Amino acid sequence: MHKLMLLGDEAIAQGGIDAGMSGIYAYPGTPSTEITEYVIKSKEAKAKGIRAGWSANEKTAMEAALGMSYAGKRAMVCMKHVGLNVAADAFVNSAITGANGGLIIVAADDPSMHSSQNEQDSRFFGKFAMMPIFEPSSQQESYDMVHEAFELSEKMRIPVLMRITTRLAHSRSGIAQKPQREQNPVQIPSDPRQFILLPANARRNYKKLLANQPAFEEASEKASFNEIIPGEDHSLGIIACGLAYNYLMENYPDRVVPHPVLKIGQYPIPPKQVREMYESCDSLMVLEDGYPFVEEMLRGFMNNGKTIHGRLDGSIPRDGELNPNIVGIALGMKIQEGNPIPDIVAPRPPSLCKGCPHIYSYNSLNEALSVYTKGRVFSDIGCYTLGALQPFDAINTCVDMGASITMAKGAADAGYTPAVAVIGDSTFTHSGITGLIDCVNDKSPVTIVILDNGTTAMTGGQDSSATGKIEDICQGCGVEKEHIHVINPIQKYHEENLALMKKEIEYTGVSVIIPRRECLVTLASKLRSKKAANPVE
Amino acid sequence: MKKDIILAGVGGQGILSIAATIGMAAVNKGLYLKQAEVHGMSQRGGDVQSNLRLSDKPIASDLIPKGGVDIILSVEPMESLRYLPMLSPNGWLITNTAPHINIPNYPDLEELKAEIARIPNHFMLDADQVAKDLEARRSANMVMLGAASPYLDIEIEALEKAIRDLFLRKGEEIVDQNLKAFHKGREMSQASGTVL
Repeated sequence: MHKLMLLGDEAIAQGGIDAGMSGIYAYPGTPSTEITEYVIKSKEAKAKGIRAGWSANEKTAMEAALGMSYAGKRAMVCMKHVGLNVAADAFVNSAITGANGGLIIVAADDPSMHSSQNEQDSRFFGKFAMMPIFEPSSQQESYDMVHEAFELSEKMRIPVLMRITTRLAHSRSGIAQKPQREQNPVQIPSDPRQFILLPANARRNYKKLLANQPAFEEASEKASFNEIIPGEDHSLGIIACGLAYNYLMENYPDRVVPHPVLKIGQYPIPPKQVREMYESCDSLMVLEDGYPFVEEMLRGFMNNGKTIHGRLDGSIPRDGELNPNIVGIALGMKIQEGNPIPDIVAPRPPSLCKGCPHIYSYNSLNEALSVYTKGRVFSDIGCYTLGALQPFDAINTCVDMGASITMAKGAADAGYTPAVAVIGDSTFTHSGITGLIDCVNDKSPVTIVILDNGTTAMTGGQDSSATGKIEDICQGCGVEKEHIHVINPIQKYHEENLALMKKEIEYTGVSVIIPRRECLVTLASKLRSKKAANPVE
Repeated sequence: MKKDIILAGVGGQGILSIAATIGMAAVNKGLYLKQAEVHGMSQRGGDVQSNLRLSDKPIASDLIPKGGVDIILSVEPMESLRYLPMLSPNGWLITNTAPHINIPNYPDLEELKAEIARIPNHFMLDADQVAKDLEARRSANMVMLGAASPYLDIEIEALEKAIRDLFLRKGEEIVDQNLKAFHKGREMSQASGTVL
């Protein structure tokens, strides 16, 4: 049978296309970006009229997807784990409204923080919202689960969370497709109050959500993704969630584990199977990527039952991504390592590309700030966070999307002036605008540098919501026109650029400087596709 | 049949085109494949690798266990050494010797080569120079694929077809350049006498 070779992310996207999804919403974020990117580029999705595109941030994406569900159609919204924090208000309340058309929220976690600020485990968010959660162990399951998740979402009228991790998101394997399903017609909810969360309705809906929990558990017990694989040796039972199942199997070349194994791919954890494992085995080991989510539940606060091994008793490191070796060691296996890395090998951290416009901007900013004490540049999330590294050493904070502007404001409020914020164009429209309004309302003495490279560069050059609008947005938020400047960040204009930076840093109100030059990676890719389209030129 | 390969390089060097070529050839042969890539921040000039696993049986983990790698195929000399703990005692290290220097403390190239030469099964060549001599500057990766090809257990025809299919949309000229680069790399690897 013909198989598609897809990344885990792409398998989810193709699953959506085949399962009758009518729209996908997202803000780019590693490792989730390729889901939406795949649908945007898919000719099949286009032919089916599937709405695909980038939203200003994860919250607007979540709300738009919920709106599509309200209208009766199947919708998907995708984000990285920390994006779910941004979307949390809408996400948690969507469990109270419930779904109409099927609604899947995909959160891609990043254990080991390959490209992130933390390694939070989105399964906690799913439990917090009391939603069913799907956690695939393979690319094929990623694809299949989208179909199942839409079905469950519509049957139980509840949004469902799909949790993946970096390793699955960015690993490729063969996918067998299922039959195509038609999209739903537009049909608003039969109960006109379902989506009106006035306290009286919300209380009623919340009771319904609570009453549905046993049904969610029953669905997990019956799910094909949750399965006990028998084993002879009952001194230990192994519970393996999502991708951890593969790492377990990798340690047994013939794929036969001597102990009983419960493979979990759907939550709430299935009570029947968990109980059976607990009762039939002397002790348990929990293998899960991310936080000790299942392990903590099984142990309880008193931890006075059978022995449970995992991240909490040190069998497995408390932080970081799992791999076959970590699981092997936890099971007492001997690992045969190759030679150590020779001392001659130097670390090679990521760095700004040669010729990147941010290089000029940081060098100039450093020069403009050289007369002040250090520690006054508040930055944000994007390629430009690399300005923290040598040789720039140009920024002092990076916390969350949009925090540059508001943290600069707070420091200025504390009397630490001048305070400078450095934020990218796409991050600005994601979460910077509200902070700018706070600054304007307080007449805070901050200088906000919006590095405009015309794209969402870090995640691979997706369209930026800010393109062509930044000056108008700043002016609309109330920044005085004479304190909004666009500069060309190249050495040729250095003298005037530097003078302007110095002047605005000295100014004791809100000023905005916009160094504008296209990202070189995006530019090169545009030129390449232009050349491919017109090879004669 | 089982081949666990680490493709190594620096973000932007295009190791994924090598992975895609091997992957396409393997899948056309009916082999199972899993291939873990690095996307995101490291792609900006940092060290990157791809775990490429091929087998005639279903593959469990997306990541290769330590000490289980059959081939480290690196497009950069220093990066080839970063994954030694992954290499099996019988594994091969095949690397380009043209350095990609984007850090101030890049080690001495001769010392790097000496370190590589300590690996019992190794083959190194300056793929950038080979590609330049062939007037196929952008095909150094295919030189490296050619150099690794005798160790892959995949017929040369399947790899040639994959190169053709992969570069087809870029035009005949690019296809030819890449095939030329591939053959030259293979020839040099075989001529080194290390392949049985």
